Amino acid sequence: MAKETITVHLKVWRQNGPNDQGRFETYKAEDVNVHMSFLEMLDVVNEDLVRAGDDPIAFDSDCREGICGTCGFVINGQAHGPEPSTTVCQLHMRSFKDGETITIEPWRARPFPVIKDLVVDRDAFDRIISAGGYVSVGTGPHQDANAAKVGKPLADRAFDAAACIGCGACVAACPNAAASLFTGAKITHLSLLPQGKPERSRRTRRMVHQMEKEGFGNCSNIGECEAVCPKDISIDNIAKMKREYLRAIFTDS
Amino acid sequence: MTTLDAREPEGPLQEKWDRRREKMSLVAPNNKKKHEIIVVGTGLAGGSAAATLGELGYNVKAFCIQDSPRRAHSIAAQGGINATKNYPNDGDSVWRLFYDTIKGGDFRSRESNTYRLAQLSNNIIDQAVAQGVPFAREYGGELANRSFGGAQVSRTFYARGQTGQQLLLGAYQALLRQVDAGKVQMFPRREMLDLVVIDGQARGIIVRNLVTGEMERYSADAVVLCTGGYGRAYFLSTNAFNSNATAAWRCHKRGAYFANPCYVQIHPTCIPQSGDYQSKLTLMSESLRNDGRVWVPKKKEDAGKPPHQIPDEDRDYYLERKYPAFGNLVPRDVASRNAKYVCDEGRGVGATGRAVYLDFRDAIQEQGRDLIEDKYGNLFHMYHKITDEDPYEVPMRIYPAVHYTMGGLWVDYELMSTIPGLFVAGEANFSDHGANRLGASALMQGLADGYFVIPFTVGNFIANDFQGKVDTSHEAFDKTEADVKAHIKKMMSGGDEDSRTVIEIYRDLGKVMYDKVGMSRTKEGLEAAREKIVELRQEFWNGVKIPGTPDGYNKMLELAGRLADFLELAELMAIDASEREESCGGHFREEYQTDEGEALRKDEEFSYVAAWEYGEAGDWTVHKEELEFENVKLSTRSYK
Repeated sequence: MAKETITVHLKVWRQNGPNDQGRFETYKAEDVNVHMSFLEMLDVVNEDLVRAGDDPIAFDSDCREGICGTCGFVINGQAHGPEPSTTVCQLHMRSFKDGETITIEPWRARPFPVIKDLVVDRDAFDRIISAGGYVSVGTGPHQDANAAKVGKPLADRAFDAAACIGCGACVAACPNAAASLFTGAKITHLSLLPQGKPERSRRTRRMVHQMEKEGFGNCSNIGECEAVCPKDISIDNIAKMKREYLRAIFTDS
Repeated sequence: MTTLDAREPEGPLQEKWDRRREKMSLVAPNNKKKHEIIVVGTGLAGGSAAATLGELGYNVKAFCIQDSPRRAHSIAAQGGINATKNYPNDGDSVWRLFYDTIKGGDFRSRESNTYRLAQLSNNIIDQAVAQGVPFAREYGGELANRSFGGAQVSRTFYARGQTGQQLLLGAYQALLRQVDAGKVQMFPRREMLDLVVIDGQARGIIVRNLVTGEMERYSADAVVLCTGGYGRAYFLSTNAFNSNATAAWRCHKRGAYFANPCYVQIHPTCIPQSGDYQSKLTLMSESLRNDGRVWVPKKKEDAGKPPHQIPDEDRDYYLERKYPAFGNLVPRDVASRNAKYVCDEGRGVGATGRAVYLDFRDAIQEQGRDLIEDKYGNLFHMYHKITDEDPYEVPMRIYPAVHYTMGGLWVDYELMSTIPGLFVAGEANFSDHGANRLGASALMQGLADGYFVIPFTVGNFIANDFQGKVDTSHEAFDKTEADVKAHIKKMMSGGDEDSRTVIEIYRDLGKVMYDKVGMSRTKEGLEAAREKIVELRQEFWNGVKIPGTPDGYNKMLELAGRLADFLELAELMAIDASEREESCGGHFREEYQTDEGEALRKDEEFSYVAAWEYGEAGDWTVHKEELEFENVKLSTRSYK
């Protein structure tokens, strides 16, 4: 039977603000219960730091059940760590070996400046959505929800794209720091559904242009984004975005 | 004691909301742009309210503590949202949803509010579909429905196990559309730390910028608070790590009454705690009870055996046995309490003995693994991730956890608090769920409040009661900001080497709350809880270890401020629970139960809302709003 408690050595990126140069610091976490989540392990390390009067490691988290998209950093070179389809809050210490050294770094991408340690600023994602990632309907009376039918396979595909949690792992994993998976997922979700059709072209153009303006790189079909995505958003969404963009250049609908 | 005027409209229940809307004063389109409205919180209630107010033409400032409005904890709601569309043709109607909600809340909510909620439910579904929310659909292209606890019709709309996420993203996208249009200014990573009251009206807020640590001031003509519930008073709950009651509590200290603080929902289907390091508990959607069967071994000595070694005849499907009409779909409070009873009897399973099985074996045999995966795939995946056990192969282990708070700031029919100009929507108010909330009703209430109530009632207030512009140079802003700074300074000045950390004190608070102000309460226990809470509060203010400085990103300081407020709110919860000498919904007093162990209400004495006015910590005055039932007959809740 595997050990119930392990010791791990942490090499953690510490950076006091966007203009600080930053450096790695090492910590030892002993008697780590393997059923702990990765963030709970960091909570325990932080408690020790606080007790010793030191500055705890800053990281973002909220729901701690893999849906809010707040958490995320790079563990041993992999965004969200070694387990597929998993955010760091859902990653458990049973995925690590006794005595292992674990390197922890923030998302590294120019459009995601570091706020502190492992916390980055992802406002650029909100600005991409703000540039058209919606259906332009106001609150008010609308036709009955069942008036427009959407076949199950289509609804399921739209849902799969809409499941993106906006964590930013795709950007962190991409050598070009492209936000194509994030942007493509929203474009796909809305362009597949009848409700999103009327402003399909305008939306695609504006979102793609905003993505470029934010300084995200271009997609070169490496596929790391899909590999690290905790919600299994498919790279097909990028192909769809490119087709939609091409279509949008020539049409207005 | 003042009488609380809920400002309910006259007339028959079915016409109240229409009548009120017809009589409301309006703000002309060209005047709306002259008014500013602050919305705090961007979950379903806040996101939808801010978006709609922006669409109407008001200038909106929206605030959230997260890095993006898309991360509010509404996102974690799994199961679904109720509406009375009656698409399955199983006899649903507005009346039925209203009645189920009133009954589910154990007759402790206001008829008029609850009826309005049921009336608005269908508009929400139409709204969400128009926004492109990808609800689950049947092969014919129509929307799919499923059943939820406390109802005998299928009225729950869902998007796999991520309904909250999809509805929140719909509201978030509507909100960002207004950001794009220049009607909403978004302020993320800001925590509201006080309300600015001028001439008796809510006129602004003080927030701390969570990145720089700086205090910022914002003024407005009305403030809408949508900051969620106070479940984190228990430390361990299904709420997000940052969920808190601070914004609501600071408003309470400025004069907003806090209603029914003892009404807390303990959700039956959560993943059991596994260790002392645990930071939160994870919910498994109630929708799982559609197909999962809840059981424990009949005999204590079987509790340690692997489930497959316990033959059917030795299993006690106790919900099906005790409540044949509703079976595994009894309301949450009933399911939770029964889980506690069987565990107290020593029949609980798992390493700690504090768990019951939720078993999908029969559903998988009957419907096939693919169909079960289609319905609950992400939930099974999440369970597997956390426990390292595959629920397709072995039954899930579940146990109740704090999930939702029905209590909250007192509001009238128009969702305005006792401070004029301060509106409260979503879980942060107390209004619609009485003593227990039915599943799939929280999303409904948040969106009904935000899309369809607040935009009208805030306008009505501005049209009638607007007292002229104020700006942030007003002395009330100086004074309130100084109070906030002094509070932070005091928190940070007391600690020394021997002081305990924020988390240590917080965990102790959580433990006493869960043990004594949890699923089952007694007079004695509540008194002991109160003593312990006061003790912890004294310890906190004598000195707590907070690292760093207030000038910059400081997560522990944020938590300390929230804990300081919970240390007051928790005491009020214990007081309220102690004074309510009856059992109703989520509030179960052991002294008041039927011979069969069910909740025993005392309608003649306690059919009221307890709204508490703050004097100082430890000193509150109660004001009562009598609940009048003109349309439903009060009955003992039975799910047998």
